[in-house]
Amino acid sequence: MNKVVANADEAIKDIESGAVIMLGGFGLCGIPENCITALVRKKVDNLTCISNNAGVDDFGIGLMLQQKQVKKMISSYVGENAEFERQLLSGELEVELVPQGTLATRCMAAGYGMPAIFTPAGVGTEVANGKEVRNFNGKDYLMEYAFDADFAIVKAWKGDTMGNLMYKDTARNFNPMMAMAGKITIAEVEELVQPGELDPNFIHTPGIYVHRIFQGKDYEKRIEQRTTRKSPPTP
Amino acid sequence: MPLNKEQIAQRIARELQDGFYVNLGIGIPTLVANYIPEGVNVVLQSENGLLGMGPFPFEGEEDADMINAGKQTITKLPGSSIFDSAMSFGMIRAGKVNLTVLGAMEVSENGDIANWKIPGKMVKGMGGAMDLVASARNIIVAMQHTNPKGESKLLPNCTLPLTGVKCVKKIVSDLGVFDVTPDGFRCIEYAPGVTIEEIKAKTAGRLTIADDVKEMIFN
Repeated sequence: MNKVVANADEAIKDIESGAVIMLGGFGLCGIPENCITALVRKKVDNLTCISNNAGVDDFGIGLMLQQKQVKKMISSYVGENAEFERQLLSGELEVELVPQGTLATRCMAAGYGMPAIFTPAGVGTEVANGKEVRNFNGKDYLMEYAFDADFAIVKAWKGDTMGNLMYKDTARNFNPMMAMAGKITIAEVEELVQPGELDPNFIHTPGIYVHRIFQGKDYEKRIEQRTTRKSPPTP
Repeated sequence: MPLNKEQIAQRIARELQDGFYVNLGIGIPTLVANYIPEGVNVVLQSENGLLGMGPFPFEGEEDADMINAGKQTITKLPGSSIFDSAMSFGMIRAGKVNLTVLGAMEVSENGDIANWKIPGKMVKGMGGAMDLVASARNIIVAMQHTNPKGESKLLPNCTLPLTGVKCVKKIVSDLGVFDVTPDGFRCIEYAPGVTIEEIKAKTAGRLTIADDVKEMIFN
């Protein structure tokens, strides 16, 4: 079993134009920075990207938008990105807005081998247009399909060479369920370790879901909204 | 005087009960955390995967891996827990979160809410709002009573695209507190110095005034 690849370029080398890819992260938190940079370098285009957000103008998926590599975004929130807005209004980019919990659970369903879910989110709104509605115990639910992605690209805190992953703090977000949902799952990690170094009791993503893993580098971890309070006076 | 944003948050904070798990939306709802009554312990949920959200970090202690749903750097309190987005919305969908507070552009007299999209303007997305309003056991809306043009935001029917239907239980606006009832909006409190006549004039939806309506008191 050898899941370890040298770097992001090798990890994504068979992602071709037109692919459907999932990218983990919430805002700029927990995004696979190395693989995004590699996809920009590879110049693949016509991509369908499933990701909660679309980055900002000069970071995250925003870098791929700048190079016009994205045909369609499937997201819950796409603010904070002027180039995104320009491409959307000009018709170059297609967007499908999905309620955030629905997005997460459609990923989860794929990883759990379930074809669809029923959720109340969006009942009675335009999100329900064209979707099957089922009533359970007096409440309406929309049927939403599991995602079908060629590749899932996730970012973890630590991983071992067998593909077991651990995430840190709110950088976990969409990464675990996307890791489970890809036909091919690529994980970039801040720290790649040998089997046995991670406590099996604290693995978030079992290695069976991960096909390729590599030690990431040069993480910028940009902060979107830096909010602080004044430090207490030192005695 | 109509309430300012801080006072709206302060009034909503009085709805918190000890032991509540609470999701606070972006804007005025976030301010509610500053007015949690003494002796009331609540746990704040951030839908990007955190229970036990704490205040902003001290300067220099920001951590890019610790953010809230508004992408602001935050801290976690002792006893907090971290989970993924599916579980986060799982606990919301399963009704485990006791109270959701969020902003709105419009609310209708039957409790429909519109807060995510204005036709003709760039749509940013609904984020987690549709999931929250579809499943929350108790939803309080924090908002201005009228829009910048002076038009009522408490309507017979929403005119904007809906976020959810028949879900809002209570509204705290700058003019008062309103329950959403089978008979429409019911004013149960009014802001200091605001008259019932003003509230009637600025409420387009069906409105009743509670028999025991009273003026809000602020310390």
